[in-house]
Amino acid sequence: MARRFLSIWFRYLTTDWLTIRKPELQTLPFVFATPVHGRMTVTAANALAEAQGITPGNVLADAKAIIANLEVFDEKPDRAAKLLKGLGLWCIRYTPIIALDLPDGLILDISGCAHLWDGEHAYLSEIVSRLQSKGYHARAAIADTIGAAWAIARFGHGAPIVKSNELRTNLLSLPANALRLDPVVLERLQKLGLRTVKSFISMPRSALRRRFGKELLLRVDQALGEEDEPLQLIKPVEPYQERLPCMEPIRTATGIEIAIQRLLENLCQRLQEEGKGLRTAILKCYRIDGKVIKVEIGTNQASHHTGHLFKLFELKIPTIEPALGIELFILEAIKVEDVAQIQEALWGKKVGLDNPNVIELLDRIANKVGPTAIRRYLPDEHYWPERSIKQVSSLQQKPAIAWRVDRPRPIQLLPRPEPVEVAAPIPDYPPMLFIYQGKKHIIKKADGPERIEREWWIEAGEHRDYYQVEDEAGCRYWLFRSGHYTGEQSNQWFIHGFFA
Amino acid sequence: MVDTQKKLISQLQKDILRWQGFTAPSGSSHDHIGLGEIEVAFPNGVFPKGTIHEFLTFEPEHTAAGSGFIGGLLKVLMGEGSACLWIGVARKLFPIAFGSFGIEPDRIIFLDLKNEKEVLWATEEALKCEGLAAVVAELREISFTQSRRLQLAVEKSKVTGFILRTDPLKLSTTACAARWQITPLSSLLEGAMPGVGFPRWNVELLKVRNGNPGSWTVEWNAGQFVIVAEERAVAELSHQTLKAG
Repeated sequence: MARRFLSIWFRYLTTDWLTIRKPELQTLPFVFATPVHGRMTVTAANALAEAQGITPGNVLADAKAIIANLEVFDEKPDRAAKLLKGLGLWCIRYTPIIALDLPDGLILDISGCAHLWDGEHAYLSEIVSRLQSKGYHARAAIADTIGAAWAIARFGHGAPIVKSNELRTNLLSLPANALRLDPVVLERLQKLGLRTVKSFISMPRSALRRRFGKELLLRVDQALGEEDEPLQLIKPVEPYQERLPCMEPIRTATGIEIAIQRLLENLCQRLQEEGKGLRTAILKCYRIDGKVIKVEIGTNQASHHTGHLFKLFELKIPTIEPALGIELFILEAIKVEDVAQIQEALWGKKVGLDNPNVIELLDRIANKVGPTAIRRYLPDEHYWPERSIKQVSSLQQKPAIAWRVDRPRPIQLLPRPEPVEVAAPIPDYPPMLFIYQGKKHIIKKADGPERIEREWWIEAGEHRDYYQVEDEAGCRYWLFRSGHYTGEQSNQWFIHGFFA
Repeated sequence: MVDTQKKLISQLQKDILRWQGFTAPSGSSHDHIGLGEIEVAFPNGVFPKGTIHEFLTFEPEHTAAGSGFIGGLLKVLMGEGSACLWIGVARKLFPIAFGSFGIEPDRIIFLDLKNEKEVLWATEEALKCEGLAAVVAELREISFTQSRRLQLAVEKSKVTGFILRTDPLKLSTTACAARWQITPLSSLLEGAMPGVGFPRWNVELLKVRNGNPGSWTVEWNAGQFVIVAEERAVAELSHQTLKAG
């Protein structure tokens, strides 16, 4: 298929932008200016100022001499690029492949897009009229090459759409600067009286190269489509992406549901055919007022199950605010992984953490309350109670060492040991009684001590002597003395947990 | 004459149970939960799986005892390698301790959530999931409506739900199939042996739907529940007086 490009030229990009923001400027001539080599120089002038002969590059003092009541605004160096990027992102509704064309244009690769708008004429007028209704002076042209589209948009007199077989004839009548040439080369051409493309395009290539350098030939070839021209996209195309433009803006939750369902069906079918599953997906909702609402979901295991993924998105629908309406939905699978082939077992089913139902449940929970809430623990090679388990994020990871059951461990462990008051401590024995949260517990039975060192290579501090004790009511506790018995200090006892 | 009346009554009781959704276990295929005689207290003499059990705990020591008792039940429920979810807000549970109850703690997934509302939502979602063996939720309080929702969720999926009510302000009615209260008891050791013995609890079945409440002394001994004998007589006695009254 022949490639088609659309070039948009914003003739008064920055001044139009300011006029939109300050409508009172519509009837006033104004310019943007910035200091260059110590002089204030005009960088952009609006249509009214340009009509009086002020062009970018003029010195501001001269411009003020022409128009006495000229309004002057400071130029910011990256303003044009920012504006173009914003406009480019807005144009994503027309085609996914868009590149900036600094300082004042956009290039759109529209191959295979125009028929969705009933042909190139309707497509072009839709874009231009939408931009003009926003308040931008926009000119656009469609051609087979970027160079030709660029030239026709800026210098063309006839129809803005160039058919494939008329590319060369259309280019011939254009002036030489329609070829995006370096000013030095352009000046040399002007000096020799070569003002239009047709005056030098049929000259021998070797002569052109000798006199004007390689660049001229490259530009000519690019305009004629003999040389490929790479585009620096403002938004790299995601390999797994589904788009759903809407005829009427969507405003209801049911509408959003239908849109998500349809996008997921297409995406999942594609993923399934390629044996992939998605881990992270983003749904982008392009609203009429220009805002983009993003909703992200993630799964614990690669999945291409439409029903499950829809449930994950369903939880997020309340966060999508349609305002005046959503006109385009884009679903992108950002993270895609190979999916393990699910074997349909005829007898029995997978149990435990491999069960697909459990994995889907955890996906739903992770998307509602955040993945950090889900915890799973494996044994770690430490005696120190707080370090004896480690948290893992994966559901499939198996313990590397066996769980230890030879030492008594409490079923409830306090997040940090709490100090208790004890009475009558004796060396190498638990105390007679302890007071925890104002309540006195007389110790009737005890086991221990179990000495646990702090592991000096990790942190410094006292060791702990743990005792399992039982009070007169039958409640069982885990107490420890921090450090050695000293005889004087009594408040070095802590409670660390409760036994069943 | 008396015999036929008895037959009639037992037949009627069976019918009522069937109409309420309790199906009699078919043959010998039903497995025991390991509670021994306590199971007799339940309808048809089977521990009701696929229902909600609530545990009243008033103090942290009781919560620990209740967690231990649930751990013993989970050992059987998770027997085939299935997973379990433990949902709570300020969880203190130490996974490693489940090793002594015969469960690999890595098969338990913990959900540490921010508030009670999230716990209720997650519990309901989890109870609807068929692949789980059990769901344990630590809640401060549960209302009748909330418990009804949870009970409805399990009726389809047949997941067993345990609710640890850590701060029951008032003993409201709930739709749970059984209400337990587990309190720790002093452990006993043979002779004058020093040290702490096996965990021992006073297991009270305060309410049980279509069953007979009771009270037992249970010990977790060598990986299984052991009902302590001398207490059994007392329990049976009270059971009979209850029936007579």
